[in-house]
Amino acid sequence: MNLLVFAVLASAAVLAALGVILSKSAIRSALSLVLNFMLLAILYFTLHSETLGVLQVVVYTGAIMVLFLFVIMLLSTQGNINLTESRDVKKIVGGLAGISLAALIGVQIYLPLASVPAPQFHAPQPIGPSYGAPEPLGLALFTRYGYPFETVSLLLMIGIVGSIMLAKRRVR
Amino acid sequence: MKSVWDWILDHQLALAIVKAIVWILPIFVVMPLTIWLERRLLGWMQDRLGPNRVGPFGLLQPVADGAKLFFKEEILPKGIDLLSYILAPAIMLIPPLTIGAVVPFAAPNSPLAILTPVSDINVGVLYVMAMSSIGAYGLVLAGYSGNNKYSLMGGLRASAQLISYELAMGTSIACVAMAVGTLKVSSIVSAQQTSFYGIPNVWIHNWTIFSPFGFLAFVIFLICMVAETNRPPFDLPEAENELVAGYHTEYSSMKFASFYMGEYLGMLVFGTVLASLFLGGYDFLPIDWKMMALHNSGTAPFANFMERITIDFGPVFLLAKAVGLVVFYIWIRATLPRLRYDQLMNLGWKVLLPAATGNLILISAWIVTTTQYGVGAGWGLVFAVFVIAAIVVTLYRRQKKQTSPQFEARTIRMVQLKPHVEEAVDQGSDPTNAEVVPS
Repeated sequence: MNLLVFAVLASAAVLAALGVILSKSAIRSALSLVLNFMLLAILYFTLHSETLGVLQVVVYTGAIMVLFLFVIMLLSTQGNINLTESRDVKKIVGGLAGISLAALIGVQIYLPLASVPAPQFHAPQPIGPSYGAPEPLGLALFTRYGYPFETVSLLLMIGIVGSIMLAKRRVR
Repeated sequence: MKSVWDWILDHQLALAIVKAIVWILPIFVVMPLTIWLERRLLGWMQDRLGPNRVGPFGLLQPVADGAKLFFKEEILPKGIDLLSYILAPAIMLIPPLTIGAVVPFAAPNSPLAILTPVSDINVGVLYVMAMSSIGAYGLVLAGYSGNNKYSLMGGLRASAQLISYELAMGTSIACVAMAVGTLKVSSIVSAQQTSFYGIPNVWIHNWTIFSPFGFLAFVIFLICMVAETNRPPFDLPEAENELVAGYHTEYSSMKFASFYMGEYLGMLVFGTVLASLFLGGYDFLPIDWKMMALHNSGTAPFANFMERITIDFGPVFLLAKAVGLVVFYIWIRATLPRLRYDQLMNLGWKVLLPAATGNLILISAWIVTTTQYGVGAGWGLVFAVFVIAAIVVTLYRRQKKQTSPQFEARTIRMVQLKPHVEEAVDQGSDPTNAEVVPS
């Protein structure tokens, strides 16, 4: 039953991810990405990590993707813009580069994965009430990972300031 | 012998479905009433009658409207994006129908407690935020799919507005969550049933709105809630004198009706959320009746009666609070003109967000000082902050007065006509060579 739920959700998520890169209109791509994020959130829910799932919806689906859609709608008011390209040498070279990159990363991922034992199916462990709750997450973020957390926030701040600098620069 | 009810209690899924129906049905019953209420109240405030022909006091008007919309022709305009055109009204109904899942409508000691809330997840408040942000897609898709400039502009405005006001709303919710120390809506509600400010033996309940921080958070949340539900004066996405009808210009029949329904359902559901976070949820009045009976034995029969009512009719009081908030919405709608777009953005980013963030910082400072050094230190902190804020504001004002350029008061340029032209106008003849002389 659990496997069935996972299979349905995961395959739908993969289909949505394929839709992001295969659909020809930018809006459809963005909407597929939204669907993908929602399905990911539901996958997190099935793993009992409610905090992660809800944060996924709040941050990615609710804020970032709405901004994406906003920008796409602002730029392409003519509706569907054809994104297909004509034949080109760059395509072949790019394809080769992409395959080699995928192979490189794949080797890196495969070697550790190969040593992992096959999953044993046994009775599900009872999980505590605090599993997936926001408290442990917050405690970990503010105690053990306090330094990286603050560093990341500083990095984001720099990003915001930089983008404002770029956007507000006066054209002379 | 096992009854149907026992069977339902044994099966989680069945129980969840029953809970969901019990939550959604009353909202759907009250929704047409709020539509009627809005039209009547608006009529009263604008010195006209409003719908009064269908049924007693026009009460059946929403039913008639619904029937009319149901039988109207479904128009699919040319050049629409069919998938998103159909999806958009459906997405609009997602937030109002899902947000209520975490809102409890009855006290834990009432007979209805088993039915509420539908799911008491420990990230309840975040769930509310998540679901309300999904509603933005309904507006955006409706604006995009209609193949209409005005729709598109409505959709653009909607996405910008919802994102801007979600931030301040989330921050003001965070204030409450921080003060109570939990994200569970049911725990936030039950924390408001304790005694006032934690003082023992007081028969007033500690609703969030009674503390100064809570009150500020309440005001911010209220404003953001009006903006999130696209109600006037924040109805820029459907500003009818600029954008025809904004994002739902191209919709007709039941698709339009679902936008309309979504708006009112959203108002009601957000009202219940606000009531749960700030106004004690299913609590009738902020009074601990048991404690009152203890304090003053003369009032005991009355207090016991009120206690019984408060426990048994929790859902009614929650809905009543929501309807009260809807009345407030209508009142604002009749009072305030629509904001300009830059005013909207300034209010969201430069007023509400800094206020909410300052509130959050103050609350966290209060919590730290009171837990570390006691309540006295907390009050000292509040005093210090007040003094510093007063000094900063005074200095800022003085600075501004000195540096800001002194603009001359703009005068109205009067226009004076030449004497003979004025004469011609007075006599009603055509002033052909009417020259205008600025004075």
